[in-house]
Amino acid sequence: MLALTALLIVGLAIGFFILSRAKAISVSQGALANLHSRPSYHGTYVMLWVVIVGLALLLVLMLGGNAYLDAKFLGDIRAALPDARDIEIDLVLSDVKAIAAGLVSSRIDPLREATAIDFATADAVRIWATVAISLGGALLAGVLGMRQISAEWRARNRSERIIVGILWLSAAVAVLTTLGIVLSLIFETFNFFASIGWRVDKFLFGTRWSPLSGVQDGMMDMDKVGAVPLFAGTLMITGIAMLVAVPIGLFAAIYLSEFASPKVRLWAKPMLEILAGIPTVVYGFFAAITVAPFIRNAGEAIGLSVASESALAAGIVMGVMIIPFISSLSDDVINAVPQSLRDGSYGLGATKAETIRQVVLPAALPGIVSAILLGVSRAIGETMIVVMAAGQGANLTANPLEAVTTVTVQIVMLITGDTEASTAAGPAFTLAFTLFCITLALNIFALRFVRKYREKYD
Amino acid sequence: MTNEVKISTKNVDVFYGDNHAIKDVSVDILKNTVTAFIGPSGCGKSTFLRCLNRMNDTIDSCKITGELLMDGEDIYAKSVDPVQLRAKVGMVFQKPNPFPKSIFDNVAYGPRIHGLVGNKTDLEEVVETSLRRAAIWNEVKDRLDAPGTSLSGGQQQRLCIARAIATAPEVLLMDEPASSLDPIATAQIEELIDELRNNYSVVIVTHSMQQAARVSQKTAFFHMGDMVEYGDTTAIFTNPVDQRTQDYITGRFG
Repeated sequence: MLALTALLIVGLAIGFFILSRAKAISVSQGALANLHSRPSYHGTYVMLWVVIVGLALLLVLMLGGNAYLDAKFLGDIRAALPDARDIEIDLVLSDVKAIAAGLVSSRIDPLREATAIDFATADAVRIWATVAISLGGALLAGVLGMRQISAEWRARNRSERIIVGILWLSAAVAVLTTLGIVLSLIFETFNFFASIGWRVDKFLFGTRWSPLSGVQDGMMDMDKVGAVPLFAGTLMITGIAMLVAVPIGLFAAIYLSEFASPKVRLWAKPMLEILAGIPTVVYGFFAAITVAPFIRNAGEAIGLSVASESALAAGIVMGVMIIPFISSLSDDVINAVPQSLRDGSYGLGATKAETIRQVVLPAALPGIVSAILLGVSRAIGETMIVVMAAGQGANLTANPLEAVTTVTVQIVMLITGDTEASTAAGPAFTLAFTLFCITLALNIFALRFVRKYREKYD
Repeated sequence: MTNEVKISTKNVDVFYGDNHAIKDVSVDILKNTVTAFIGPSGCGKSTFLRCLNRMNDTIDSCKITGELLMDGEDIYAKSVDPVQLRAKVGMVFQKPNPFPKSIFDNVAYGPRIHGLVGNKTDLEEVVETSLRRAAIWNEVKDRLDAPGTSLSGGQQQRLCIARAIATAPEVLLMDEPASSLDPIATAQIEELIDELRNNYSVVIVTHSMQQAARVSQKTAFFHMGDMVEYGDTTAIFTNPVDQRTQDYITGRFG
C-alpha cells in the first residue's frame, strides 16, 4: 500500500512536470524567449517539490504512525495487565499484531483478540491517513508550485538550488556514515580499554591473545589481550603478499604499457582486471585447498616441516589477488608519462631500457607508490583468504611456514563466535579501530608522497 | 660555412600507412651550417627531420624509402644501431621536455648513458660547459639540484639544448625549438644556434620565416610533402625561383 503510494507520488510528479511545462509554454505566448526559465525548468521545479513533499510526508507519517500505535497499544495492554513485566507486554503486542494480520500467535486469549480488533481498525486508519495526507500534500505542493509559473518566475535558479541541495545531502550521507563508524569504533574502544583497567600498553605490546578466556565480571584478563601476535601476523602476510604482488604487478605494467602491441594490450588489460573482480572467497578456498597442501608437500620433499595452514600460502595467494590492482594502476600512470619525455630520451641516444628505467619510471613513481600503498591497504584489510588459509591460532612467530593469524581473522572469530556480542564487541572493535588508524596513516602518507613528488606535465 | 656534406639524402619517400607524407625529397645538410626547413603546417618538414635520426622508427606504420647517408654511410642500413646514430645526431623538441630529475642529472643523462666521462670531476665539467654553451649556466649554477621542471619555459628549452649538447653530437636537429618561447628567450636561443654552428651541423624546423632568415645559411621550403626549393637562405628570401616559395615568404598563403 505504502510502496504503491510512493509510486503514485512519483507518477503525480511526472504529471505535474508535463502540466507545468505546458503552462509555461502557454504563458510565453508563443515566444519562449519571453520566459526567464526554459519550460522544462518550470516542470522540473514543480516536479521536485511534489516528490520532496510527498515522500517526506510519507516517510514521517509511516515512522511516526507506527511509533504512535505501538506506544498507544503498549499503554492499553499495560492498563489491562498491571502486574506484567515489560517483556511480557512486548510479547502480547507482537501477538496482537500477528492476530490482526491473520498470522499465528503464541497464545490466543480474550484480551489479545479484543485488542487485535482495535489494532486492526487503528492500523487501517493509520495507513489510509498516511496515504491520504501524503498524496494530498504532494497534490497541494504541485498546485501551489504551478500557480507560481509566470514569465518572470526564476524556476531555473530555484530548481538548480534544490538539486544542489540533493547533491549535498548525498555527499553528507557518505561523510556522516564514515563519521558514525569512526565514532562507534572509538566508543567501543574506550569501553574495552576501561574493561582492562586502562592498560593500553598491555593491548599494544602484550604477546598473548586470548581475550575471551579470562573474562570475569565484565573485566578482561589484561595479560591475555596482547595484540602483538595479530599485528605481527598481519605484517608478515602483507609482506609476503607485497613481495609477490609488487614485482609481478610492476613488470606486468611495464610490459603492457611499453612493450605490448596495442592488440595484446586490448585483451590483456581487461583479463588482468577480471582477476581483480574475483571474489576473495574464491581465492580463499583456492589458497586453502590447492596452494597450502602444495607448499606443505613441497616443503616436506626438501625436509622442511610446514603447517597445513601457513602464512606463506595465504601471503602468496593474497599477492596474486593484489597483482591486478598494482599492474592496472601502474599501467595507467606509466601511460600518462608524456611521449615527449620518451622522445627526449631516445633523441639523446638512450636505449629503451635506459629510457624506461631512468625517465619513465621516475616520472611515474608517485603513481606507482600510491598503487603499491593501495595494495598494502587491501592486504591489511583482507580477511577471507587468511581465515581459510593462514590459521586461527595467535602464534608469535617469524617463520612463514607456520600458521599465524591476522587482525581481521580475529575480528571474524570474535564476532561470529558463541560469546555474547557485548563481550566480544570490545576487543573486536578495538582491533578494528587500530587497523583503521594504520590504514588511515598509510593513506595519508601516500597522499603526501604523491603530492610532494608529483611532476606537473601539461 | 663549408661545402662539405654531412648528411646527404636522395629521393626520400615517407609513408604513414597510406598517407604519402614525404615525396621524393633530396637535400644535403652541410657541415658547420644551419639549415632551416620552412613551410606551412603539415608540409612534412618535421617528419623529414625525424628521418635524419630515425626517430620515426618508434612509429610502427611509418615506412621510409630512398637514400640517407651520413658521412657516406647509410643511416638506415641494417648494421646501424639507431641508438648509436641518435648519440651522434642529437635532437631538441618543440616542447621543452626536461626529465623528472635535477638540472644536473638532466644534462648528465647523455654522458652517463654513453659512458662519455670517466669520473665525477669530468662529468661536472661537461655539465658546466654544456650549460654555459646553452646560455643558462648563470641562471642555474646555484641550484643544479633543483628539478628541471621547476625552470621557466625558456629556461627549460635551453636546458634541453644543453642536454643535447652534452652528448657531443655531430648534428643537432631542432624541431621548432622556440615556438613556445617569448621573444627574449627566442633571441637567446637564436644566438645560441648561431654559435653552435662552429661545432655542429644544425638543422632547424621553424614556422617563423624571420627566424629562418636570421639564423640559417641554407633553407629548404617544403610544401605538401614536396621539397619545393632548396638553396642559400639569402637567395630563397630575396629571389625565390618557385612561385609557391614566393607566395609563402610574402605571406600570400600558409
